[in-house]
Parts: sequence; C-alpha cells; structure tokens
Amino acid sequence: MATVEIKNVRKSYGPVEAIKGIDIAIQDGEFLVLLGPSGCGKSTLLRMVAGLESITGGQVVIGGRVVNDLEPKDRDIAMVFQNYALYPHMSVFDNMAYGLKIRGVDKAEIESRVAKAAEILELGRFLTRRPSQLSGGQRQRVAMGRAIVREPAAFLFDEPLSNLDAKLRTQMRIEIKRLQDRLGITSLYVTHDQVEAMTLADRVLVMNHGVAEQIGTPLEVYQRPASLFVAGFIGSPPMNVLDAVIDPSGQGVMMPGGALLPLARPRPSDANRPVKLGIRPEHLAINEDGLDTSPVLVELVEALGADTVVYGRLPDGEPLLIRMSGLPSCKEGDRLAVAPQPGALHLFDTATGRRLED
Amino acid sequence: MQRRVIFDNKLLPYLLLAPQVAVTLIFFIWPASQAVWQSVHIQDAFGLRSEFVWFENFTAILTDPNYVSTLRITAVFSLSVAVLSMAVALLLAALADAKIKGAAVYKTLLIWPYALAPAVAAVLWMFIFNPEIGSLGRLLNAMGYNWDYRLNGDQALTMVILAASWKQVSYNFIFFLAGLQAIPRSVLEAANIDGAGPVRRFWTITFPLLSPTTFFLLVVDMVYAFCETFGTIHALTHGGPGKATETLIFRVYQDGVVNNDLGASSAQSVLLMVILIVLTTIQFRFVERKVHYS
Repeated sequence: MATVEIKNVRKSYGPVEAIKGIDIAIQDGEFLVLLGPSGCGKSTLLRMVAGLESITGGQVVIGGRVVNDLEPKDRDIAMVFQNYALYPHMSVFDNMAYGLKIRGVDKAEIESRVAKAAEILELGRFLTRRPSQLSGGQRQRVAMGRAIVREPAAFLFDEPLSNLDAKLRTQMRIEIKRLQDRLGITSLYVTHDQVEAMTLADRVLVMNHGVAEQIGTPLEVYQRPASLFVAGFIGSPPMNVLDAVIDPSGQGVMMPGGALLPLARPRPSDANRPVKLGIRPEHLAINEDGLDTSPVLVELVEALGADTVVYGRLPDGEPLLIRMSGLPSCKEGDRLAVAPQPGALHLFDTATGRRLED
Repeated sequence: MQRRVIFDNKLLPYLLLAPQVAVTLIFFIWPASQAVWQSVHIQDAFGLRSEFVWFENFTAILTDPNYVSTLRITAVFSLSVAVLSMAVALLLAALADAKIKGAAVYKTLLIWPYALAPAVAAVLWMFIFNPEIGSLGRLLNAMGYNWDYRLNGDQALTMVILAASWKQVSYNFIFFLAGLQAIPRSVLEAANIDGAGPVRRFWTITFPLLSPTTFFLLVVDMVYAFCETFGTIHALTHGGPGKATETLIFRVYQDGVVNNDLGASSAQSVLLMVILIVLTTIQFRFVERKVHYS
C-alpha cells in the first residue's frame, strides 16, 4: 500500500525523446490506467516505474521513497506481463512462491499465502501443474497470483489482457476490477484498449507521443476531452471533427454548409474564429423538423443489433458518423436531416488541438 | 498443427531420401559391418589369410590390463573435455548475450576455432606448450615449474584436454547463445521483480531453461571427445608419453594401422560403438528426465 509519484519523468534514446516529462501522483489504492496508441510511450513509462528501464530525467517515488537508482527487486512492486512471463519449468505453486522464497519468507507462511491467492483466483486445482498445461486465462491468473502473494506496494500491469480472446478478456477485466477493489493495492495499468481503460480506471492518463494529453476520470475524459487526440481516441466510433467558424454574434457555430448550430454558452469574444468542431456520433439525432440542419447523404449503414452506425457525407463532402440506438431507420442513398443534441458540441483550437473551455 | 506435405508422385519421396540413405549405407553401415566382421577374425600381417576365431579378439582385449587403463584415460579425458568446453562456452555465451559493444565481432571470433583443422590447432597449442619453443612452456620452466608434456603423462593429458576443449567451445558457444536468446526477456524481468539477483536468476531461471541445449551438447560433446579428438591427440602427443594420452579411439588406430592387428582393432571399434550407444542411452534415460522442454 503506497502512493506512486511520477515527477517530470523523461526518457531519451539517444537524441530521441520518448517520454517528454510526465507528472502524476497516484493515490494510495488508486487504479490508474495509462492509455494510448502503440508507440506512445506508455509501456516505457511503466517499465521505468518498475525499474526495467533507466530513467533519463525526473523522479519516480514509491511510498515516499525515490526509487530511481533502485533495482526492480528493491522497489516493492509486482508486475503482470502481457505474455504472462511465467517460469515455464516451475509448477503453478512454485511460480507463485518464487518471489517469497527469495525473500526468505518461511515455508508455512508461503504455503498459506499461495493457498489464499489460489483461492481468490480459483487456481487451487492447478497448483501442481506446469504453465504449459494451462489455458491462456489460467496462465494470466497465475501471473496475477504471483503478484498478489508478494503483497507489494503497487501492482504494475503491462497490457495483461492483450493475449486473450475477446470473451476471456471481458471476463478477466471484471476479475481484475474485483480483485483490485478487494485488495485495494495501488495499480498502474497500461493498455491501448479504451474499454479496459473506461471500465477499470479510477483515473485515466491518456498518452500520445510521450506527452500526457489528459489526466482525469473515465467520464471526464469522455465528456470533456482535453484535446483533439483524446477526442478521437476515446469513444467508438470516433468523434466527428469538422472545420467550423464561430458566428459573428458568438451565439453559435457555423458549419461549412452554412448551417448554424447554437452553442450552450455564447462566446462573443471568439466571434469569427475558425475552430475544430467535435460531435460524437452518438450525440447526433435525426432532426424530425428537418429544419436548420445540413442534409446528410447516407453512404453506408451498419446494423449492429443494439445500435446502428450510419456513414454519411455532408454537402461539402465531409464524412459524418452517426450512431443511433436500435435498428436502422434509413438506407443507403437517403438524405437525413441530423442535428446534435444540445450541449454536445466540443470546440478545439485549430492550431494546437486543445479544447476551448466553455 | 503440423502441415503434411503431399507428394503426387509416389517415387519422389524415395528419390529425395536416396542421397542420405546412400551416404549412411556407404560411410556408416558398410564400414561398421566390416568392423564387426573383422572383429571375429584374425588376419596375418600382410592381409593374405584370415581365420574365424569367434570372440577371441574381444577376450584378448578385455583381459589386457592396458585396455583398462585406456578406458580410464578415456573417461577422464571425455568427461573433462565435455565439462570444460561446456562451462567455458556457457560463460562466454552468457557474456555475449548481455549488451556489449562489438558483439558481432566477438561472436565471430569465438566461432573461428571451430573452422580450424585439428592438426593445425594442435600445432598452435604446441607453440604455446612446447617446453623449448612454446611461449607458455618456456615461461613455466623459467618460473621453476618443471613443465614437459613429452615426459610427464599428467601434463600431457592436461594439454590434450585443453586443446580438445578449446576446439569444441565454439560449437557449444553457438548453441548456448541461441538457447539464451530463446529465453523470453520478460521471464527474466519477472524474476528480477520477484527479487532474484543476477546470479540467482541464472541458476534458477536461465540454467533450467537452457537444459535442452545443455543435454544436447552433453551428448554431442561426449561423442566428440570419444571419436573426433583423434587428430588433436595424434598431432600433439601421439598418445604418449608412454600411453598416458591414449584414448580408445587412438588405440583403435594404433593397433589397427600402426601394429597391423586388424582383428584387435576392429574388436575395439565395435566395443567403442557399444560403449557410446550405452552412454547415450543412459543420458537419454536418466539425464533427459530432468530436462525441461517448453
């Protein structure tokens, strides 16, 4: 149990800066998800916390102790790897007991801790088996058992579910969530899967090109994305981004086709300013009145059962995604009048891509 | 899932196998059967007459006290060569597996000795160990240590063990390095996080995971030491001084080619074959059990 602080941490490989100064303090017992596309530096950041990568600049503090120069084994952390990284020549029991044996925990204690972990993870029947005799999900559970028995200050997860199939992934996700709730151990979890981030995290750190784009709760990240990158990365299908201009009165946003969308809060100071306008597909609805909105040409309709995704095109040729609940009410070639729900507009600076706060 | 290749032509598979079968027949089955045939015959020195004598050749060898000492020397020699060459190779491979500058050059240099003919390698060792012209030999004598492998049997044995091991280190090195590189880095990282230092990681994780390689090399190295070290011994010591470096394979040559006793020589090579088969079987039965194949 401990806090983990990452203070202006940087990582360079020669002249290339992979992590450009990340700052975050993770509370005791908090579940922080590092989310980003591959190559954004999230795994590198996690490995720096673990001690598997050297830290070029800044500090990592675990439980009030600067660990920059400590070996991984002295950092009091446990890590779960994407490929499980189990010891293939050891039984499940020995896999879990390995770290304890090395730390000189006495035999009875080891047995009771492993038994307890095995019970939590429902691994009791497999203790004498080798990892090769287990399924992917069971192996991942052993990897978590190995982390749990150590009772570390923090758990580090490096894309632990990426090697599992979709169904198992959902199941293991729920198990991880339950486990963390139950044990209350500070956790850092790396993933590129936004569903994992949204469901597991107390807070999400969205990373891109070695920079923290946004830090916030899953709902904050979804409802108020801090940048175009976050807006495009979170949400499925991704947010529509259109070029637009604030109208001269500051009361609304003018679409390229000429349609005017009212703003929840007027911004007279930004009159005539060009902006990037973000609208989530699920916040667009067919406008029954058919007034005041651009007609959208329907190009493709994907019926997913629970909802429908419409691939449309605006009069000026911009693509527009619309997500509607239920079965499709339109077909290819139709023209739809759509309008965003009130207050569902996101404005971003055209140059920096940062959110324009309202 | 294993993919099976289907041949439309019934003859083609046999045709493709034929070269290998021919090589095995001509270079292994034929001479081996000749050895078995000759081992139960006695020939005169000119090869004009031969007589069937049942197992007389074998009883003669097995009751020869010299043969027992040859067996002992072979055991010491082979075990030393296998252990020494594997230990050194493993150490070098472990070092080469770490991130070092010039790793490619280092690896290439380590593989060179394997490409050297045994006789050439032996001359090289002679230039080191010869008490009169060898650099190390002269140094040892200058320091007051009485070094002369031409007179001292133990020194001679030590030298051929060194020379034979040195040549095999390259081969073992390649396999150990490949074995080390096949160990997933994350497993070692997990052990590091679990609290194991480098030495502990090596013995509890790396070494057990290398066991298939180690086992394979043990078998190969034993066969090497038994059979393929003839050239090294021949060029360095001629089995001497006395018979101090005469291994089984060297005695086969000595009795057959030098002393013209083909019956005794054949009987010995048959025995050598039996010993190797027994040894390899033992290794497979008892050592392989402890081997972890992933």
